[in-house]
Amino acid sequence: MTTLDSSKEIKNNKSEASEHHEDFRMFGLITFLIADGMTFAGFFAAYLTYKAVNPLPDGAIYELELPIPTLNTILLLVSSATFHKAGKALLKNKNSDTQKWLIVTALLGITFLICQLFEYFNLPFGLTDNLFASTFYALTGFHGLHVTLGTLMILIISWQTRPKEGRITNQNMFPLEAVELYWHFVDGIWVILFIILYLL
Amino acid sequence: MTISIDSKDSNTKSLQPKGWLRYFSFSLDHKVIGIQYLICGFLFYLIGGTLASAIRIELASPMSDFMPRDVYNQVLTLHGTIMIFLWIVPVVNGAFGNYLIPFYVGARDMAFPRLNAVAFWLIPPSGLMLVASYFVEGAAQAGWTAYPPLSITTPQSGQIIWIMSVLLLGGSSIFGGINFIATIIKLRRPGLKLMQLPMYCWAMLGTSLLVVLSTPVLAGTLILLSFDIVAHTGFFNPVLGGNVVVYQHLFWFYSHPAVYIMVLPAFGLVSEILPVHSRKPLFGYTTMVFSIMGIVVLGLVVWAHHMFTSGTPPWMRLFFTIATAFIAVPTGIKFFNWVATLWGGKISINSAMLFSCGFIINFVFGGITGVALAQVPFDIHVHDTYFVVAHFHYIVYGGTVFIIFSSIYHWFPKVTGKLMNEKLGILHFAITFIGFNLCFAPQHWLGLNGMPRRVAEYDPQFQFVNQISSVGALLMAISTIPFLVNIFLSIKNGKDSGDNPWNALTPEWLTSSPPPVENWEGEAPLVEEPYGYGNPISQEN
Repeated sequence: MTTLDSSKEIKNNKSEASEHHEDFRMFGLITFLIADGMTFAGFFAAYLTYKAVNPLPDGAIYELELPIPTLNTILLLVSSATFHKAGKALLKNKNSDTQKWLIVTALLGITFLICQLFEYFNLPFGLTDNLFASTFYALTGFHGLHVTLGTLMILIISWQTRPKEGRITNQNMFPLEAVELYWHFVDGIWVILFIILYLL
Repeated sequence: MTISIDSKDSNTKSLQPKGWLRYFSFSLDHKVIGIQYLICGFLFYLIGGTLASAIRIELASPMSDFMPRDVYNQVLTLHGTIMIFLWIVPVVNGAFGNYLIPFYVGARDMAFPRLNAVAFWLIPPSGLMLVASYFVEGAAQAGWTAYPPLSITTPQSGQIIWIMSVLLLGGSSIFGGINFIATIIKLRRPGLKLMQLPMYCWAMLGTSLLVVLSTPVLAGTLILLSFDIVAHTGFFNPVLGGNVVVYQHLFWFYSHPAVYIMVLPAFGLVSEILPVHSRKPLFGYTTMVFSIMGIVVLGLVVWAHHMFTSGTPPWMRLFFTIATAFIAVPTGIKFFNWVATLWGGKISINSAMLFSCGFIINFVFGGITGVALAQVPFDIHVHDTYFVVAHFHYIVYGGTVFIIFSSIYHWFPKVTGKLMNEKLGILHFAITFIGFNLCFAPQHWLGLNGMPRRVAEYDPQFQFVNQISSVGALLMAISTIPFLVNIFLSIKNGKDSGDNPWNALTPEWLTSSPPPVENWEGEAPLVEEPYGYGNPISQEN
């Protein structure tokens, strides 16, 4: 059905009559991220409750090594900065710089995921070993899913910012800003996750 | 009736289907999507109602002779899930919200029309999934709450399909909520202040905040539950060191606000209907707004009153009892405001008004039993008995479903340009009201005397009262017939209603009925006093 296009047609024909309103896509995205954050909040609450009231069976391993997650924290924090650089470059109309910074960001994201997988393969426990292990994998896995989606989106927008033909320009920055906000959100969640899961 | 969608653009060639066919298209028009929500929801209501009738037939006798015990459990699970996630939530939020909110804020559509269409089109497939889950091996039978360990000790395909379906419906609900918040906050016509909005906008704003804050927690919980079933993790499985009470906390963190997600929009709708038909301004507008927001805040911190028998520590019982008792204050304010709106008004007795008054009566009764249930000693006595079933249905059926019918009678002329038949409407109300009270009032007594809920068989001493209840359920089933006849007759040859049959002042009536595609012929009108009845200047308009 081609209804979507035709109703858009109607809208365009009437654009004289319809008043122009501000862009509130960012507002919608923030609302969505609040909702997404609540999912993590639920997981964190479950984890902390388990930690408080459900003792692990004797001999269960729940000590985590810190080097890899610390490296991952640094990777994500740096990637937030490089994403910010990309946005700055676009403001100055330097699309090729934007593209470079975005690719750097995506590479940092991919490195994060590789490190995460490396950690998974070297942990002494599996998904179903005990309650701590299950919660650990559920939390980091759900976050890793967010990083994966974010990395894919960064790759897409880096293609879309290619000089001359790309649709993301100085005039149309929303896709870049939206992914940037999402990426900072995922970073923020990681910092909380790192503190709660690894440090506490 | 010509509600051709492109009447104004007859010159431009449009592929948009015309007439009723457009309700079967992927339209982006908020009015079409609203009606799609309503019709889709009503079809599921008929399925859920059939299941309810099956439950009441089974309970007409103390033995499980109409269906086997496990089938009974599956039927009540499907009944609860369908009625909540596919009838009440989508209709009272999605249908009326989509249809009315853009009018009320003076906009031409929702803030994100495409997201809106996505939110609706998630519903039919996930609804069919839910119904299909009944026919696979091991249909869900743990109730709509899907409490572990019951839901994970019978870990079969039906329960997993059930979880997937509820996850999708939750996603649809979140998308809808985001859209409503953005529309109400950001898309208001210039010059329209928040405190001039019709009350339904406030109700939807509050509801959408609850949806956005609490539904994701349910999603996370169900993901963990599906891990338990599929991957045999032990989040909620005591055998593997898990904790069932964590599930209950997370589940009720969503599902208590869900009660407000179901009833707050009804509060908003009744606040629109009462002033129109009693020709008086809505009493206490400001207190209404603050009550709604008070209910939103309190509604998020009362969830554990569903868990007083789950080994809840005393301090928690104390906190949640007090918080729940506090909710009675804003709710009571709203109740008295509605009564005060009616007081001394020029009341027209029509179907919309009757259903709204029925709502007030049923709701105050359900509210009183609710306050009683919040008290720990009483709650422990009646926990998981028919008293809870009665209380809950007084809120969601006697409350919300009555308002859904009231709203259909009230806004039918808006959507179609025709009036509904009043005689059939009053007949519908009479049978529904009598049937409803006959069905659910005796269940209070059953619960107080210890008849447990969700069990196919019961002590023979309860048989007579159960049969009264079943007769009431039969009447409720019959009451659908005059309603459906009325709808079809009125669409076909109802009397022309004109643009504003009720002489209402809220913005949706200030355009033609049925409204044009983008709602207004010219600029959206600025309605500063949506309830200015009895004011000579407004009367002239």
